[in-house]
Amino acid sequence: MNTKKKYIQLSLFLSIIIFIQLLTYFTGCEYHLTQLTMSAYYCLLIIGLCLLMGYAGQISIGHAGFFAIGGYISAFLTTYDLSQYKDKTILILFSKIGAALFRQDLYGGKVLNFHPWAAALIAIILTIIIAILIGSPVLKLKGHYLAMATLGFGIIVYRIVLGTEKFGAADGISDIPPFPLLFGIEVNGKPVMRVWNYYISWSIVFITMTFLINLINSRVGRALYAIHGAEDASRAMGVDTREYKLKTFVLSAVLASVGGIFLTHYNGGIGPSEASVIKSVKYVAIVAIGGMANLWGSLVMGLILNFLSLRGYFGTYDDAVFGAILIIIMLFAPEGLLKVKLFDFIKYVSFRSKKSV
Amino acid sequence: MSLLEVKNLYKSFGGLQAVCDVSFNVQDGMIKALIGPNGAGKTTLFNLISGVLKPDRGEIFFNGLPIHSIPQYKIASYGIARTFQHIRLFPKMTSLENIMIGRHTHTKAGFISCMLSLPFTWKEEKLVREKSMELMKFLGVSELASIDALSLSYGQQRIVELARALACEPKLLLLDEPAAGLNMRETREMGEFISKIREMGITVLLVEHDMSLVMKISDEVLVLSYGQKIAEDNPLSIQKNKEVIRVYLGE
Repeated sequence: MNTKKKYIQLSLFLSIIIFIQLLTYFTGCEYHLTQLTMSAYYCLLIIGLCLLMGYAGQISIGHAGFFAIGGYISAFLTTYDLSQYKDKTILILFSKIGAALFRQDLYGGKVLNFHPWAAALIAIILTIIIAILIGSPVLKLKGHYLAMATLGFGIIVYRIVLGTEKFGAADGISDIPPFPLLFGIEVNGKPVMRVWNYYISWSIVFITMTFLINLINSRVGRALYAIHGAEDASRAMGVDTREYKLKTFVLSAVLASVGGIFLTHYNGGIGPSEASVIKSVKYVAIVAIGGMANLWGSLVMGLILNFLSLRGYFGTYDDAVFGAILIIIMLFAPEGLLKVKLFDFIKYVSFRSKKSV
Repeated sequence: MSLLEVKNLYKSFGGLQAVCDVSFNVQDGMIKALIGPNGAGKTTLFNLISGVLKPDRGEIFFNGLPIHSIPQYKIASYGIARTFQHIRLFPKMTSLENIMIGRHTHTKAGFISCMLSLPFTWKEEKLVREKSMELMKFLGVSELASIDALSLSYGQQRIVELARALACEPKLLLLDEPAAGLNMRETREMGEFISKIREMGITVLLVEHDMSLVMKISDEVLVLSYGQKIAEDNPLSIQKNKEVIRVYLGE
């Protein structure tokens, strides 16, 4: 792909983001920005999953697990009171470099927690380690077997967060402090910061998107696509398929984890439903409707469907809607919704109607 | 000096001895053909040399280096490229992109540098594109560059696959039935290409059933039957070899 096309796409994306914000401002429904911001963090996971599924051709029905790992670890580290250990050398060292700090909890008590940045860093490192431990053995599998193995991983994460007292069991973790960025700007859910947070979240998606677009149009992207098409032939051409699949898996896990970290700070809490298998299936459905090997398609669908879902448009049928989407897409538009050639369809319909006359 | 040395190679699948005590050398710069009736173990031997399978016993040396125990993906970087009996082009990629994959071992941009789109990756990419176009021109298929590889005719797909293997700049090219499924004109052209490739200094080892092609282009012929080597000689002597005639035609 030429670079011109890339810049046009990226600037179009940027203008749409600004346009949506202005639209909510002038139509007086700025409260919609909250769901749009949350969608952005889910989109981070979705474009990573799109890279893994659409380009490298490796399915994962356990990505909500990585999202939850990021969210839960940062939530736990920023809320768990370390006061009882405050005389330990390691904690003194952490406090000195600012990785741990005292803050006031909801009831005005003084608690010692990890700084959100330190917690996020630890969460990402742990995600990488877990992704490597899970990915190394399961990526040898193909097709249904890989799907089932990743599904198993998702279930394990879900049961662990649900069954662990320290993670708040079914209640999850709440009272999570904001994530401070530069100049007093924070990732938090306060209405005054709503517009800021909208732009913060979509900037993260924008930067990630730029990186991924670069990646798929490079030597690495080509090799991933080759692995997808014919793994044996790509090995014969010298592609280290094991390494490429694992690196893509880890990259997508990290993106999921980062999404989880920021959404947790934005919401101020996280619950076990974030780790549930149905969420993983939802993400797979969104990548499928976006057209699998189509980063822009997945992003657009991720934005629209997550927004609608978060606004409650699907009501209690939310999960059923995503299940139905998966079936319909597989049957009628395996190339994704954006690739359905409307023109061909009209031609097909008109041809049929003529014939019947 | 021999480029490829195969020493006492054994490979069995369950009870079937697919390759049994096969040894041979391929001299630098020659075209060597591997023939034998169906099920003789030719493709197994190919898969052993290209690292798809690991031998039960025996050794394979390339340029004096042992290659029988290294992972398959490293074989290409040693300078061995191959084509497949059943064409294995990458779907949903253009012919040019397929050939560009062949340059993988000659480039080194990784995940991070590609994501950041560092300037050296652009240069690399430009060179890869130029080199691949050059190869398409050499094989006379440059007009197919932007066409989806799998929508090409069978003969064209064979040539694109050959170009992809050549893009690796191999010292040894393994061709698994390069003329299978080609018509007479295409087979003749393929023969000419293989001769041209040898002139470029690339050693060729090929499996082929088309005897007229084998006899015309190869310097040496190795005959396998039931996993064993039964003859190894120049094409003329092979045609007169009683054992070979017996294997092919029966008593």
